[in-house]
Amino acid sequence: MQMPEPDARILSLKAELVRRLVRALPAETVIHAPEELRAYECDALTAYACPPLAVVLPRSTEEVAACLRLCHEHRVPVVPRGAGTSLAGGALPTADCVILGVARLTEVLETSYEDRLIRVQTGRTNLSVTGAVEADGFFYAPDPSSQLACAIAGNIAMNSGGAHCLKYGVTTNNLLGATVVLIDGTVVELGGAHMDAGGLDLLGLICGSEGQLGVVTEATLRILPKPEGARPCLIGFDSSEVAGQCVSDIIKAGILPVAIEFMDRPCIRATDAFSGAGYPDCAAMLIVEVEGSEAEIDEQLGVITEIARKLDPVEVRVSQSEEESSRIWLGRKSAFGAMGQLNDYICLDGTIPVGELPRVLRRIGEMAAGYGLEVANVFHAGDGNMHPLILFDANEAGELEKAEALGADILTLCVEVGGCLTGEHGVGVEKRDLMAAQFDPADLEAQMRVKDVFDPAWLLNPAKVFPLDTSAGRRALAAE
Amino acid sequence: MGELTPGSAAELADAIRSATGPLAIRGGGTRAPAAEHATTLSIRGIRGITLYEPGALTMVARAGTPMAEIEAALAAEGQRLAFEPWDARTVLGRGGEPTIGGCVATNASGPRRVVAGACRDAVLGLRFVDGEGTILKNGGRVMKNVTGLDLVRLLCGSRGTLGAITEVGLKLLPGVAATATLTAEGLPAVAAVGAMSAALATPFEVTGAAHDPQSGRTHLRIEGSAASVAYRAERLTRALSSHGALSVSEGEGPWPRIRDAADLTGDADLWRISVRPSRAADTVARLPGRALIDWGGGLIWAEAPPGTDLRAACPGIGHATLVRAAADTHSRLGTLHPEPDAIAALSGGIRDKFDPAGLFRARPVPA
Ligand SMILES: Cc1cc2nc3c(=O)[nH]c(=O)nc-3n(C[C@H](O)[C@H](O)[C@H](O)COP(=O)(O)OP(=O)(O)OC[C@H]3O[C@@H](n4cnc5c(N)ncnc54)[C@H](O)[C@@H]3O)c2cc1C
Repeated sequence: MQMPEPDARILSLKAELVRRLVRALPAETVIHAPEELRAYECDALTAYACPPLAVVLPRSTEEVAACLRLCHEHRVPVVPRGAGTSLAGGALPTADCVILGVARLTEVLETSYEDRLIRVQTGRTNLSVTGAVEADGFFYAPDPSSQLACAIAGNIAMNSGGAHCLKYGVTTNNLLGATVVLIDGTVVELGGAHMDAGGLDLLGLICGSEGQLGVVTEATLRILPKPEGARPCLIGFDSSEVAGQCVSDIIKAGILPVAIEFMDRPCIRATDAFSGAGYPDCAAMLIVEVEGSEAEIDEQLGVITEIARKLDPVEVRVSQSEEESSRIWLGRKSAFGAMGQLNDYICLDGTIPVGELPRVLRRIGEMAAGYGLEVANVFHAGDGNMHPLILFDANEAGELEKAEALGADILTLCVEVGGCLTGEHGVGVEKRDLMAAQFDPADLEAQMRVKDVFDPAWLLNPAKVFPLDTSAGRRALAAE
Repeated sequence: MGELTPGSAAELADAIRSATGPLAIRGGGTRAPAAEHATTLSIRGIRGITLYEPGALTMVARAGTPMAEIEAALAAEGQRLAFEPWDARTVLGRGGEPTIGGCVATNASGPRRVVAGACRDAVLGLRFVDGEGTILKNGGRVMKNVTGLDLVRLLCGSRGTLGAITEVGLKLLPGVAATATLTAEGLPAVAAVGAMSAALATPFEVTGAAHDPQSGRTHLRIEGSAASVAYRAERLTRALSSHGALSVSEGEGPWPRIRDAADLTGDADLWRISVRPSRAADTVARLPGRALIDWGGGLIWAEAPPGTDLRAACPGIGHATLVRAAADTHSRLGTLHPEPDAIAALSGGIRDKFDPAGLFRARPVPA
C-alpha cells in the first residue's frame, strides 16, 4: 500500500501551525509532542502506521470549527478520527496531517422517548448510546462487534452495520440528523428530529462518506423499544450449499430473523476450541435468532426448524434458556479472538448476493489453496456480508503481501458475482486501490465531483477511498 | 413541447447528449402535467423486472416499470415493499401509471415508513444518466454495501434534478398473514399523538399510527402471523388503556386511504409537512383547514386556502412540500422547503456537477 509523499511545505509549517492552534484553542486540546503523537499513528488496521503532524481533540463544535478554519487557511490536510477502530485504515494519518479527533465530545444532549430519538455528541461510543436509554426499555439498533470501543462518529463515517441489521438496517437507516462542520469551518445542520429530507438528502450522502466531506460533531439517532425477548437456534449441515439453501428457504417462508450467522468448518473448530461453545463438528453451521414474546419466538423457531429438518441437518439445537442462548452465541462472538489466538489474520468484508454463497465459498477454498493459505469464513448470511479471515504468519517475510493478494482476489470475486468490496468496514486505504474493480472511471469521477463541492482543496482525509492515480490530478492541483 | 421515449439507458444517454434545451424527466406522469417549456424525457420505455430473488429479498427493475407490475410480482411470492409507497393520483386527481423510477425519485413512502424506513432506506442501488449523458451506477443489488460515496441516497428524492434513473435495486420484505387495526374514537390531537407515541414505544411492533382530526379517529396497525397479531392486539389494548378504549378490526382497514390521504381531495392547496412527532399537535392547531396525521405525528397532510404560505404559519417544522396548488403558487412559494444558505450552496453545487448545463432545472415535481 502506497501513500503520497508528505508535503515539505506543510512539514516545515509545524511550529507555526501549532502556535496558531494553541492560540485559537485551549492548550490542552492540542497534542504535538512526538512521543504523544505515537498513540494516533494507526487505527485497527495496524499493518500501517504513521504519526501525524499534530492532534487536536476539541471539546465543542465551535472548537472543531476553529481547528478546521485554521487548517483550511494554511492548506493542511485533516484526518477526522473517532475511536480509531477502523479496520480499513480510514483514520490512518499522513505525516503532514492534523488528526481532528472527537474523543472528548461524549455528551448526551437530549433524549426523547416521545419522539424515539437521542441526540449525542459523536465521540460517544456506540454501546453507551444504548446504555443511556436501556433502563427505559429502548436501544440503538446498529451493533458493530466493536461497539464497546467504536464511536458514533466512526459509525456514521463508515455507515457501520452489525449482527442485527437484517431486521433493523445499518447506520444510515437509523440516523435522523447530524451537525457537520465543513472544511472552511461553516457549521450545517442536516436533518433533525423529523423524518426525511425536504431537498437533496445530504444526510444520506454524509453517512458512509469516510470523513471525505466534513466533520460530524453531533448526531440525532433513532432509538427503538427493546423486543420482549430473543432466542437463537443452531443448525449444522454437512455442506455449505445446503446451509445456503436453508437461509433462502427461511426467508422465502416469510420469516425475517433478526440475525442469521454462518460459520464454516475451520471457523467452527477454532471457535469451539477457544470458547467451549459445544458446536457440532460439521461443514457449515447457522445461528438463527428471532425476536418477540415467548409464544411468537416458539412459533417462528418452529417454522425454521421444520425447514431445517427437511434438509437433513447434522444437528438442530433450539435454545431453551438464556444460558443456552449465550452459549450458542459465545463461539460466534469470540470468532475473531479465537482466530487471533491461532494466527495473524486479515478480515475481509465483501458482500455477495446470498444465492452465490456455495459457489463463492468453493472458489475461496480453491484460491486459498493456490496461495498455500487457509481461510476461515464467518458470514452475516441473511444479508450476504462475508467476513473471510485469511490466516497467515506475520513473522514470515512475504506472508502479509501474499495474504493481501489473496484478499484482493477474493474481493474481486465478490464484485464479479454481483456483490461489492465492502459491506460495513469501509474502503479507507485498504480497499482504495481495488475500487476500479467495482466502479468505472465515470462512477468514481461522479463521486469525486461530490467531494469537490464539499472540499474543493481536497484537504479532508486525502489519499483514502479513491485510487491514488484517480485522485492524483485533484490532489496535485490542491497542493499548488 | 415534444416527448422523447428512449427504450434503453444508452438511447436515453444519447437523447441527453443531443438535447438543445431543457428536459423534464418523467416516469408515469402521475405527479404533474407535461412541462410547457421543456422537452419531456419519458422513462416509460425503459421497463421490466430484470432480477427477482425472493430468497434473498432482492429485486432489480428498470425505472419505467409500473408499480402495479412490481407489486403483482411481489404478491405472487408473498412479498412486498417495506415503505408502502403512496399513490399521488388520488390527491392530485390525475391519471397516469406510477413507475418505480418516479417512486424512488420522489422518495414516496407511506404509513409503514415510521418503523420500516422510507423508500430511500429500501433502495440498494441505482443506475442513472447525468446531465452530460454519462451512464453511472452506485450501490448494487446486495443488502450491505458501503463502497464509495453513497450517491443512492442522494438520488432518492432528487426529483429528476440530478439525473434520469434507469434501474433500481430494491430490498424487499416478507408479506404478512394477518393485519389488525386498533381504533380509538374522539381523541383530541394532543391525546392522539400521545397515544401513538406510547404505542410506538411498546415492543409490539406497530406498523402504522395515524390520526384523522376531522373524524377524531386514531388508528394503530399491527401485522404478522395470525397468532402474533392476536397476541399483540390484546397486549397493546391493555398497554394503552389509560389513553382510552380501543376497538380492534381485522383486515386491510383504513390504511390504503390513509396512505393516499384519500379524504383530502378537492380544490384547496395540499401540503405534506415533516415535523418532529411531539410538535404535531401544536402544528395541527395552527392549520387553516383539514389535515391528516401519519407516521405517529411525523407527517402532517394539510389543506390550506389556495395561495396560503403554510410554512410561515407553522414555525418549528422540519420541512413542508407543496403537493397540490396552482402553478403560480408553486413558483411563488416554492414546491420544496427553502434551505439555509450553506445547505442551498452545497445542494446547488451538487446540481451543477451532475447537470452543468442546467437541462434538468425545470420546476421540481411536487410531493
Ligand atoms: C474487533 C473489531 C470488530 C469490528 N466489528 C465491526 C462490525 O461488526 N461492523 C462494522 O460495521 N464495523 C466493525 N468494525 C470496524 C469499526 O469498528 C467501525 O468501522 C467503526 O464504525 C469505526 O468507528 P471509530 O469511531 O473507531 O472510527 P475511526 O476508526 O476513528 O474512523 C473511521 C473513519 O471515520 C472517519 N471519521 C471519524 N470521526 C469522524 C467525524 N467526526 N467526522 C467525519 N468522519 C469521521 C475517519 O476519518 C475514518 O475514515 C470492527 C472493528 C474491530 C476492531
